[in-house]
Amino acid sequence: MFKWKTDEFSWVDFTIDILRILIVLGVVVGAWNTLSSGRISFAQWVNLFAAGLSQGSIYALIALGYTLVYGILLMINFAHGEVFMAGAFSTVFLAEALNRTGFLNEQPLLAILLMIMFAGLVSMTVAILLERVAYRPLRGSPRLVPLITAIGASFFLQYTFRGLYGSGFKAYPQVRILQGAISIGDINIPVVQVFVFGSALVLMLGLYWLVERTRVGKAMRAVSENKEVARLMGIDIDWVIMFTFGVGGFLAGSAGVINGMFRPQGVNFFMGFIPGIKAFTAAVLGGIGNIPGAMLGGLFLGVIEAIGPNLVLAGLGIPGANQLKDVIAFTMLVLVLIFRPQGILGERLSEQKA
Amino acid sequence: MALLEVNDIHTYYGNIHALKGVSFEVDTGEIIALIGSNGAGKTTTLRTISGLMEPREGAVYYEDEDISNTRADLLVSKGISMVPEGRGVFAKLTVEENLDMGAYIRRDSGIKDDLAGAFELFPRLEERKKQVAGTLSGGEQQMLAIARALMSKPRLLLLDEPSMGLAPVLVDGVFDTIQRIANEGVTILLVEQNAHMALQIADRGYVLQSGEVAISDTAANLQQNETVQKTYLGID
Repeated sequence: MFKWKTDEFSWVDFTIDILRILIVLGVVVGAWNTLSSGRISFAQWVNLFAAGLSQGSIYALIALGYTLVYGILLMINFAHGEVFMAGAFSTVFLAEALNRTGFLNEQPLLAILLMIMFAGLVSMTVAILLERVAYRPLRGSPRLVPLITAIGASFFLQYTFRGLYGSGFKAYPQVRILQGAISIGDINIPVVQVFVFGSALVLMLGLYWLVERTRVGKAMRAVSENKEVARLMGIDIDWVIMFTFGVGGFLAGSAGVINGMFRPQGVNFFMGFIPGIKAFTAAVLGGIGNIPGAMLGGLFLGVIEAIGPNLVLAGLGIPGANQLKDVIAFTMLVLVLIFRPQGILGERLSEQKA
Repeated sequence: MALLEVNDIHTYYGNIHALKGVSFEVDTGEIIALIGSNGAGKTTTLRTISGLMEPREGAVYYEDEDISNTRADLLVSKGISMVPEGRGVFAKLTVEENLDMGAYIRRDSGIKDDLAGAFELFPRLEERKKQVAGTLSGGEQQMLAIARALMSKPRLLLLDEPSMGLAPVLVDGVFDTIQRIANEGVTILLVEQNAHMALQIADRGYVLQSGEVAISDTAANLQQNETVQKTYLGID
């Protein structure tokens, strides 16, 4: 960890080592204070952890979209938060309609499945159009160019949806079977959290199967490794890239509905921004371009966000620690970029990829 | 009728004029060798035929159809398959998955049999079929690259420097394999720096020099040709 044997003294290394020591000290002292004060009971820790896993599985689903696209094009699709928003926002109207007819509470599982499919298809369409219109014409241009385009596309999508549906907040209707909690001893886990984690798990397993087992999944991996040789195999790489955007979009759209069940309020045209950046953080955390990394990074970020403020910040005597969870998330991003830029599961980027 | 006819093609890398009017023909069932030194345009010629590059002038005809501007991935289903320079195996995919990718364009039921056929041709690959290709030795990767190219059932196989970077013992094996593939009826266009080996199995050969065909003759005559002997076979 420390470089005692460096030939020359370097202020950068020195500062980074000091930073490391301070962080470790801060975490240890904060955690020690909190745990020794016994302010938070075991059951409460379990609750925080479960809530963190739920939030994290939503981050993970969005993060997969970043990582899939990065894996194949080495490009960060910064409009991906808006792809998530598009599915979540459009499906509010379907959810309201299903709620009015009563179908939502009569056949809740079917209704939710329908909503997830619908949101997935909307987001998939948005992602595919984004690729076709905004990114494909710029393929092969310097890497800054599609990045700027992504920001532009992001604004375009936000204000298109504001134009379509207005700037007010909308809410997903309550689904009766998702209310209540499952009790084990004195631990109460809300049913909705089980639903969020479970459905995210199913989607992630589906993705894993797609990428590892199917013909098109193998083609995605082949294209991500070597586009020219992939063409020599007869693979239409434009189609595979479009498909990849579509899969990422589908996952983001489903995350939109799952998020709507978890946090019903807060659906508006700007809702994709923060989850988008958080999911990007998660993808970097896990190792961008690495699929299990994005899943792990998302869950990890969700849990850290839920537990970190209470464990460390509160222990250090920082008031209103729970409101500082965004600080934790983005501090994680900075720390990962300083100490382990390749992420948890990422391999060191070669010159060509970096 | 020539299976492949390359007619006066000019190919550029940006402003660099790499091929300055290359013409040659490959008949069905032949093994044709393209020999020449580094930078003579051998690889560029193959890349132009396979659709990875487009000629700025001239045309490539395959079964009398102009394929000069056809995308590489579409040419695979027409029966052209290429083993790229440096093998180009997918290092993170397993041996079996690499072979699956070779059969990407096919949806027929014969794929399983052909997979078995590939393993018969290269038993080493069967032993390692679950291993990722990046862990194979250079020789095994070359076997995999050739086996993968055959999985699309090509009628014309383009081979770019199959002996490059291989130990001399393995080189003999690679050329034996090429001969066996040709015996099965696949037409072969072979690019090689190892002119000695290439001319031993080829029917005819073309010598490329600075982007042009300098000499064309039967392989037997090329082996006796003084210039070829001096420049490419190292015989004084």
